[in-house]
Amino acid sequence: MKQLMLGNKAFARGLYEAGCSVVSSYPGTPSTEVTEEAAKYDEIYCEWAPNEKVAMEVAFGACLAGKRSFCGMKHVGLNVAADPLYTCSYTGVNAGMVICVADDPGMHSSQNEQDSRHHAIAAKVPMIEPSDSAEALEFAKLAFEMSEDFDTPVIIKMCTRVAHSQSIVDTAERIVPPAKPYEKNIAKYVMMPGNAIRRHPFVEERTRKLIAYADNCPFNKVEMGDTKLGIITSSTSYQYVKEVFGEQASILKLGMVNPLPEKLILDFAARVDKLAIVEELDPIIENHCKALGLEVTGKDVLPMEGEFSQNLLAEKFGIKVPEYKSLGEQLPNRPPVMCAGCPHRGLFYTLAKNKVTVLGDIGCYTLGAVAPLNAMEMTLCMGASISAIHGFNKALGEESENKTVAVIGDSTFMHSGMTGLANIAYNQSNSTVIVLDNSITGMTGHQQNPLTGYNIKGDPAGKINLEALCRAMGFERIRVVDPYNLEECDTVVKEELAADEPSVIISRRPCALLKYVKHNAPLKVDETKCVGCKSCMKLGCPAISIKNGKAVIDTTLCVGCGVCSQLCRLGAL
Amino acid sequence: MTKNVMIVGVGGQGSLLASKLLGHLLLKEGYDVKVSEVHGMSQRGGSVVTYVRFGEKVYSPIIDKGEADFIVSFEKLEAARYLEYLKPDGRIVVNTQEIDPMPVITGAMEYPADLVEKMEKAGAAVDAMDCLSLAEEAGSAKAVNLVLMGRLSKYFDMPEEKWLQAIEECVPAKFVEMNKKAFALGRA
Repeated sequence: MKQLMLGNKAFARGLYEAGCSVVSSYPGTPSTEVTEEAAKYDEIYCEWAPNEKVAMEVAFGACLAGKRSFCGMKHVGLNVAADPLYTCSYTGVNAGMVICVADDPGMHSSQNEQDSRHHAIAAKVPMIEPSDSAEALEFAKLAFEMSEDFDTPVIIKMCTRVAHSQSIVDTAERIVPPAKPYEKNIAKYVMMPGNAIRRHPFVEERTRKLIAYADNCPFNKVEMGDTKLGIITSSTSYQYVKEVFGEQASILKLGMVNPLPEKLILDFAARVDKLAIVEELDPIIENHCKALGLEVTGKDVLPMEGEFSQNLLAEKFGIKVPEYKSLGEQLPNRPPVMCAGCPHRGLFYTLAKNKVTVLGDIGCYTLGAVAPLNAMEMTLCMGASISAIHGFNKALGEESENKTVAVIGDSTFMHSGMTGLANIAYNQSNSTVIVLDNSITGMTGHQQNPLTGYNIKGDPAGKINLEALCRAMGFERIRVVDPYNLEECDTVVKEELAADEPSVIISRRPCALLKYVKHNAPLKVDETKCVGCKSCMKLGCPAISIKNGKAVIDTTLCVGCGVCSQLCRLGAL
Repeated sequence: MTKNVMIVGVGGQGSLLASKLLGHLLLKEGYDVKVSEVHGMSQRGGSVVTYVRFGEKVYSPIIDKGEADFIVSFEKLEAARYLEYLKPDGRIVVNTQEIDPMPVITGAMEYPADLVEKMEKAGAAVDAMDCLSLAEEAGSAKAVNLVLMGRLSKYFDMPEEKWLQAIEECVPAKFVEMNKKAFALGRA
C-alpha cells in the first residue's frame, strides 16, 4: 500500500522486511526514529544500549550468531563506535549487519557537522546513501544482501532532510532469510596480529570488488538530460539538483558513496561537456573525480558548511532565484529554551548565583549556557564534562577545585561519564560532579536508559543504582538534591565545593514533560504585592513575563514548580 | 507545477496534526507529496517549521525563499519571521495569537507591533484571524490547527467533503466532531 512515511520510519520498515532480528542503538538526532519505529515490530528484538560502541558490538555479536542485525546512531555517535567498526571491517560478518549513521549538516541538533563518509573510507566499509523514504526502505533491504555477499558490515548514511522528511513508499512483506549457523572460525573472528595480518588483504580485495560492483549496482544511476552540463550528486543534494536543473542537465546519482565507482564516472564524464559535483560538506566525490584526472566544478563555488537548498544551488550556478518580500525589521529570535518546570533550571540558577565555573555536557541542559542563566562554559562531546573537570583541576589545583563543577545528564553519564568518573576516583582530583538525573534521555525525545528502570518498549527492565555505583568507585561524598528546592541546592553545592575530597551531587527530579509527572496548579501573581523587581525573571522561565510593571504567569505553560516563588521576597507568587 | 505550503509556529502548538491531515488528503488525491520538518528542538518552545510540497513529481523536501504558495502560521511573529519564503502572489493564513519569545520575556526586546499591517504593507496577502477563540468555541484550545486548516481549505480547489473525510481518517474518533467544528469555524 502506498503511504506517506518518514525517512527513518521507512528505514525501519526496510529492516523489518529484510528479516532483521536484533537491533541495538543509542538515540541521537536525526537517527532516533529508525530504532523507535523498529521497536514497534514484535518480530525484532530492539534495545537502547548505553552508548554507540556497545550498540555496534551487540549488533556484531548478533550477526556473528547468524541473525541479521542493525545498530543506529548520529554522526558523532559513529566516533564512539569507530573502534568496533574499524575491526569488524576485518572480521566481516556471518549474517548481514547494517549500521545507520545520520549526519546533521546545518547542525539542527548537533555539536559539529562532520562528514561520516570519512569513517566509511577509513574503515574500508561500504556506505550507501538514500535520497528519500522509498530509497531508505529499499536500500536497507539491499544493504543486508550486500553485507552477506561481500562479507562486510554496510553503513547506510542518512541526513536530516532524508531522515526527517516524509515521502511516498510502497511496503512489502517481511521475508526472514534462513539463519546462518554460528561456526567457530578463529582465523576470521579473533583479531590478533597473526590473524588480522591475513584479514587485511581480504579487506583490500573486497574493496577492489566493491569498486567494480559500484560501476553496475542498483544504488547508482545515470539520468541523461542536456549534455552541456553533467552533475554527479547524492542524497538530498540530488533532490535539489533535480529541482533546479530538471532535464537541463545530465545527472549521475550515486547511492553508493563508498567505495566510489571509476568506470561509471569516467563514462559519464565523457558524455557531458562540463562536470559539476554537488555534495554537502566535504569534497569527497570531487577529490575522487580529480584523482581520476577529471576537471570538475565543486567546492570552488559551493560551500563546505551547512545544508544546500534549491535556491543556494541556483544562485551558485548563476540561475535566477525567486523574488521575495521582506519586512525590513529585526524580529526577536525564538531560540529553544528550558521548558517551564524543567528540573535543570533550579540547579543552574544555583550555579549562576554562586558564580561557579560549569563544565557542561550534551543534552537539554546545554541550554544552561544561554541567557539569562549563562551558567555553562564548556560543552564538547558526550562525557567530556567529567573528564575535563579532572584535567582542569589537575592543571589549576586549589585555584579551581572549590569553584568548578561538571554537570552531566543521567543518560549521558551512562553513555560515557562513568569512565571519566572512574578516572577521578583513580587519579584522585578534588572534583565536584553533578549528575542531572531527570530519569529520561530528554533531548532526543524521551528514550529510556539504564538508570530509568524501563526498556525501549516501556516495560520494566534492569535499573542501575547511581549512588551505589559511585560508592563502588570509592566516592564517600554522594549527595542527592531536589532541584525544585533552591535552598537545599545552594547549601549542598556550597558544601561539596568546599569539601577537600571528590564528590558527586545527584540533582534528581523527572523531566516535567514526562506523562507520569503530576503538575501543581499554575501559580498566581498577587498584583498588590508584586513591585516588578524582576527577581523571578532571573530564572529564564518561559511562563513568566513582565507586563505593565508586574509579573505575569502564562497559565498554559506554568506547571506550578514553585521555583520562582522562592525568589520572590514579597510573597507575590 | 509543485505547490508549497509552509506551516510555522512555536514548538508544542500542534502543527504535527495539520501537516498529517494535509499530507493524507493530498496523497489520496493522487499527488506526489513530501512533508518535511526538523525534530529535536521542537519540544523546547523554539520556532518550528514544516514544509508540505505536492504536485505531479516533488523533488526537494524543503521550501526556499520566494516559493511558498501559502504560509499557515500558528502565531503572528512566526508568520512575519518567514515572510521571505512567500511567493510574490502567495497568501499568509495567520492566527493572531501572540506568544512572547525569550528576548521579549527577558525584556531585551519588545514584541513587534502591527505585524499584520506591516506584512500587508510589504505586499503580502494576509488572512488574519483569532483562531484561539474559534478553537475554544469549538471545544478546545488545542484545535487551533483545525481552525487554520479550515481557513486554508477555502483557497484549495477541493470539495469540503474530502477535507472532512481526511479529518475522520486522521483524528481519534472521540475528537472528530470537535475538530470538524473547528474546521467549519475556520472555513466560515
